[in-house]
Amino acid sequence: MTISIVATEEERNGIKFKNLHNEQLVQGTTLVKRGFAHMQKHGVIMDVTTVEQAQIAEDAGAVAVMVLDKLPYDVRKAGGVARTASIKVIEEIMNEITIPLMAKCRIGHISEAKILEVIGVDMIDESEVLTPADEENHIWKWDYTTPFVNGAKNLGEALRRIEEGSSMIRTKGEPGTGNIAEAIRHIKQVNNDIRKLRSFYFDKDDQELIKFSRELKISYPLIKETAKLARLPVVNFAAGGISTPADAALVMNLGCDGVFVGSGIFKAEDPVQRAKSIVLATTYYDDPTIVMEAQKLVDEKKSLLGLDTKSLELRMQERGPMI
Amino acid sequence: MSNIKVGVLGIQGDIEENVLATAEALKKLNLRGTVESVRYSESIADLDGLILPGGESTVIGSLLSIQGKVFQTIEKKITEGMPVLGTCAGLIMLSKRTYDKVVGETKQKLFGMLDVVIERNAFGRQHESFEADLEIPVLGKEPFRGIFIRSPIVNNVGESVTILTKLNDKIVAVKQNNIIGTSFHPELSSDRRLHELFIKDIVGFRKD
Repeated sequence: MTISIVATEEERNGIKFKNLHNEQLVQGTTLVKRGFAHMQKHGVIMDVTTVEQAQIAEDAGAVAVMVLDKLPYDVRKAGGVARTASIKVIEEIMNEITIPLMAKCRIGHISEAKILEVIGVDMIDESEVLTPADEENHIWKWDYTTPFVNGAKNLGEALRRIEEGSSMIRTKGEPGTGNIAEAIRHIKQVNNDIRKLRSFYFDKDDQELIKFSRELKISYPLIKETAKLARLPVVNFAAGGISTPADAALVMNLGCDGVFVGSGIFKAEDPVQRAKSIVLATTYYDDPTIVMEAQKLVDEKKSLLGLDTKSLELRMQERGPMI
Repeated sequence: MSNIKVGVLGIQGDIEENVLATAEALKKLNLRGTVESVRYSESIADLDGLILPGGESTVIGSLLSIQGKVFQTIEKKITEGMPVLGTCAGLIMLSKRTYDKVVGETKQKLFGMLDVVIERNAFGRQHESFEADLEIPVLGKEPFRGIFIRSPIVNNVGESVTILTKLNDKIVAVKQNNIIGTSFHPELSSDRRLHELFIKDIVGFRKD
């Protein structure tokens, strides 16, 4: 089995049976949901707000687009409450592109998520970029046939989201800043925690493993699976502040399976070139010559200027339920 | 026989999953061989068999047009008879012509050696993706669990193409000489018979 299926709930409302003549099809299984995320690997998922941007993203080689009402940078500037994107825009984009389409819903907002499922978005991002609707609970994602992606700052958050039914994890980073420092911190945090787990597993120290599972508030089988795999049991992307091809290569070199780019492309002054070059650098991340060629396609004077993450009024990564 | 060298095109998609599935299939067949992700034309020129993995065909196609030499090497190797397995996006890449169910004709880059017409996203969007048991006679009586993720289907086949299986009258796996193509993802289930079939093709190819 090439997909981990540990921590999959038994009574899943998201699973649907469909009969076609003699054949029975099963939809919304863990394999089908996590499998979708596996198909995104080594790819770049781009934030878009219009049909034109979605078309640019597809032509540049995006593996999927994420539809928002405002790019994270503009969410920050506008203030107020950020909600899920307009249905009309999502539908327009759906009719124009062939690659998968994702959209964000507010943390804990079951109805926004159900709406996105009914329209048929391919993956739902329960995202801290939007204003959380529930400060206590995330969505119980086993109730959906559509797969979810969730953000995480550390291993505990990542595994808790997986236990709730998330099919893919991304780092939280600090969206809309053009600053990659927070994403790097989150990637390293997860990597270091997994390193620790792996050493407990190799030493067959079950007592330390179960202690870790209690500290992180995760079930023991999921901790053991993570330790055994020596990586997250689902696909893990980097997100938050990626602006240049070199940024994409950096996060890929740290072991991420792919990247989300938010404001970094369409808030730059050279979006077409930038989108293409980030795709190239993501595939050939470990080949400095090709990453250099990709970096050559962009002009640093045209990059998103960016923000210092230390002096932010709004820290998106801190929003939402603590557990 | 010396080691069999299998490559999985390492541009985008579920590359590691295919590497693992192939390694398991080699072991099951008791064959000595190596399997690795390949992205450069030099390493592809050296292969006995190539897998085009699942992923997004538009992405793999657009990166291959930037890396033109890689594209040409693959084209040449397939023409020379090197066995190739394409799953989902890989099947699309191998086809002669492809169009999308909603958007229609697409201008994506294809190898075009497999004499079939492909309808992309034919079963609909992700929430309509599914698992189902398939009867694939060449693999034996035991049903094969097919994992279909935003899958394409084969709409039209040329004379030299053998249909390996259908699902509800829709063609979902085909073979044309050294080319095998599937709509579903054999690398995601635990059944290795399809990868074994591909490896047996490689063994046959090396004997010729």
